[in-house]
Amino acid sequence: MAVQEIPWTPEDHYNAFITICGEAPAGKTGRLAGVPVAVKDNISTQGIRTTCGSRILENYIPPYDAHVVTLLSNEGAAIVGKTNMDEFGMGTTTETSAYGPVLNPVDPTRVPGGSSGGSAAAVAAGMVPMALGTDTGGSIRCPAAFCGIVGLKPTYGRVSRFGLIAYANSLEQIGPMARTVRDVSHMMEVITSVHDPRDSTCRAQPYTHIPQSDIAGMRIGVPVECFGEGVDLRVAESVRSAIGVLEGLGAEILECSIPSMAYALAAYYVICTSEASSNLARFDGVRYGPDVDVKKVWHEAYRDVRMAGFGTEVRRRILLGTFALSAGYHGKYYTKAQVARQNVCRDFTRILSDVDVIAGPTMPTLPFRLGEKTDPLSMYFTDILTVPANLAGIPAISVPCGRVDGLPVGLQVMGRRFDEERVVDVAYAYEQEVQA
Amino acid sequence: MKTIIGLEIHCQLTTATKLFCGCSTDYQNDPPNTHVCPVCLGLPGTMPSINRRAVEYALRVAKALHLEVPEVSEFARKNYFYPDLPKGYQITQYDKPLAVNGYFEIEDDGGAERKIRLTRIHLEEDPGRLVHKGGGDRPKYSLVDYNRSGIPLIEIVTEPDLRSPKEARRFINRLRTILEYLGVFDGEREGGLRIDANISIEGSDRVEIKNISSYKGVEKALTFEITRQKNLIRRGLKVVRETRHFQEARGITTSSRGKEEEHDYRYFPEPDLSPLMVHGWLEGIDLPELPTARRDRFMRDYGISLNHARTLTGAIRLADFYERVARELEPVFAATWVADTLLGEVNYRGMDISEVRPEPFIDLIRMVAEGAVTDRSAVDVLRIMLDQCMEGRICEAPSEIITRLNLGKTVGDDYAEIIREVISANPQAVEDLGSGRKEALNFLVGQVMKATRGRADPLELGRLIMDLLKEEGV
Repeated sequence: MAVQEIPWTPEDHYNAFITICGEAPAGKTGRLAGVPVAVKDNISTQGIRTTCGSRILENYIPPYDAHVVTLLSNEGAAIVGKTNMDEFGMGTTTETSAYGPVLNPVDPTRVPGGSSGGSAAAVAAGMVPMALGTDTGGSIRCPAAFCGIVGLKPTYGRVSRFGLIAYANSLEQIGPMARTVRDVSHMMEVITSVHDPRDSTCRAQPYTHIPQSDIAGMRIGVPVECFGEGVDLRVAESVRSAIGVLEGLGAEILECSIPSMAYALAAYYVICTSEASSNLARFDGVRYGPDVDVKKVWHEAYRDVRMAGFGTEVRRRILLGTFALSAGYHGKYYTKAQVARQNVCRDFTRILSDVDVIAGPTMPTLPFRLGEKTDPLSMYFTDILTVPANLAGIPAISVPCGRVDGLPVGLQVMGRRFDEERVVDVAYAYEQEVQA
Repeated sequence: MKTIIGLEIHCQLTTATKLFCGCSTDYQNDPPNTHVCPVCLGLPGTMPSINRRAVEYALRVAKALHLEVPEVSEFARKNYFYPDLPKGYQITQYDKPLAVNGYFEIEDDGGAERKIRLTRIHLEEDPGRLVHKGGGDRPKYSLVDYNRSGIPLIEIVTEPDLRSPKEARRFINRLRTILEYLGVFDGEREGGLRIDANISIEGSDRVEIKNISSYKGVEKALTFEITRQKNLIRRGLKVVRETRHFQEARGITTSSRGKEEEHDYRYFPEPDLSPLMVHGWLEGIDLPELPTARRDRFMRDYGISLNHARTLTGAIRLADFYERVARELEPVFAATWVADTLLGEVNYRGMDISEVRPEPFIDLIRMVAEGAVTDRSAVDVLRIMLDQCMEGRICEAPSEIITRLNLGKTVGDDYAEIIREVISANPQAVEDLGSGRKEALNFLVGQVMKATRGRADPLELGRLIMDLLKEEGV
């Protein structure tokens, strides 16, 4: 493949990037020939340091590319930089990054959302046309909503996770973020084009869809829970009017209920912290990362490296997860969370056998001010509308649906497993209608 | 006081590649950290993909040992920190193992066949290996070698059905034999087999012994531990429920109380691997001929004794060796030479039968069969051959050794002179023989043999002595 070097030295006003490559090789042919693409810094890139937003991986340079990165490169894309993020994806604001917070390009006094805040800001600021994010409990959709762009969390098992530095394996997916639904769809095509046997949880089902705006006759469910307590009334109003637009396009709107949503958030935080406590055990300073003091006994050296390398939120979640899995509490927390997860899955299966997609707000609020969310619990609560899709493993997209006081609001559309196509169509139909 | 023993046996499977990546398992002669990749080093972002062959090997064992394979089994993470463990957890199986409820038969101390029940078999990955450096008993630092990281292991867990250290050793030996017959295990490989033992004296608490890594070690460790526990009980003390480590070099077990023992492994299902649904594979798993079947076939086809057949099928390489010899020579004669003579010499030297080349051995005992060399000379030649082979010297052909040492059997006439001398030197023996004491002949034959350095055939010598005495009218 012919290669060209793309010089890329932008001003990063919003701290969207942890690493800017300066010059990036790109193909002259392929579906993304010469397109600069930003990649979230928890996705492994051969020869480009990959920090996960953490001190502990400050100097870690992966010796291999994530599967999605290989696919982007094969289609000619230029990997121009690695985007800032909440440390290991643990946050909703990108403020837990060890490399400083990302500012929201729409209003730099506000957070861009998280954890893929760097990717969202890079796209929203026009630095790159598209970026990869990852979504464990809303980490693509939340920043897409807060920055006024489009972000898709694919079905669990549609995109290879090989090379994604795991936070919570059973929940997360890599997904596309861009300014338009068409670009998101295009990127989705590329990152699912070749099946990856190295991810055993990934199915060989490439996405090869061209967005269609005809949604006449489509049945759209609107759960009452998505407009319940804690949802900003102005956000609710914007989203209701967006759903009205869809109705105007011939879709049938049906009110529905997801009773299990009451337990979804608690289940999510038990599961993701449990898995994280295990995933992050490997960061011990033995094979990579900060130098270990070899004059200490190993467990003391481990403790020191991990204490210095992990931020507060990461340590909090490791402790929570370790507790939830420990003898005597395992049944009370981890096992119970799995039961709640099953209930969420059942609810979605039931509803989605009745309707084609489910629509509602992506985030219950407008973007917070930087430093506004200091209490972890109130921050966890803002994931309430995004985590159900991760628990159920279903695809979900966030598409901008107007502004309140100049701040973007996101419409979330969720669909059946491996039915990204319909989810994309609804978002596309809405986008085309309001642009026209 | 009844002794109750249960074993957990970890054995490395002989797949060509590791359990969750494509790295070669053939690292024995290579430098540290040369058979590694991002997956078995546990680099961030890597994911395991299961080695199909390892699952098939484990199922082969499950089928041979009569275990049930459930519809669904599952991998789980066993979480603990240790420098040889690259991910901070080991991928193993916990509450949904690959196979459950089996058995196999061993001989008890009285020689009767007895069923030992097997609780489960599961698959797991081996961690890396620590190499302690800098000064004998108190190493200054340790290095990690990840070549072993990700080697497939099966853990076989028995019910507490074993009753003595000897029985435990027989169990391990027999298990090893079956695993080798199944083609999934190499007993000669260093560190290929590791054993934990649970042991108690009836009515007392049980103790777990970890870190037994040799066949002989099992018997030693258990014998030590039983004595220790019985002594405690005799003195009216309580056996403490604990984990003890076997110190191979000193042949003792020592308590490992303290932090190490308080592990809470926080098991949970491995989210990066789908559940295994391999019950349906069982039908397609063909078992090779196993030791008992081969033993019976040897008796039937070669007409050899039960004892010989049992010995010869006790290790797959020995059985293969015998069959090779039996193709060329009379099988019963071959069995005697392989099972009685060769095996004894090989074991005495601590060699493995695989180090012996069959062709020269066949040449040698063919000469015995043809009468070209005596049994006794042939044993001497065999010893020389084995010594040369073991010491890595140039291996002479048996015929060369025979010529060099002039061990060829000589015809009877050459001995007439010697026999006459022996007869005249031992009048008492000659008289005893004359009065019907047959043992006297053996004595005379022995004297002649001594004088001929064993080159003569004793049967022939006996005949010659009798003839000569007759001639002389004694």
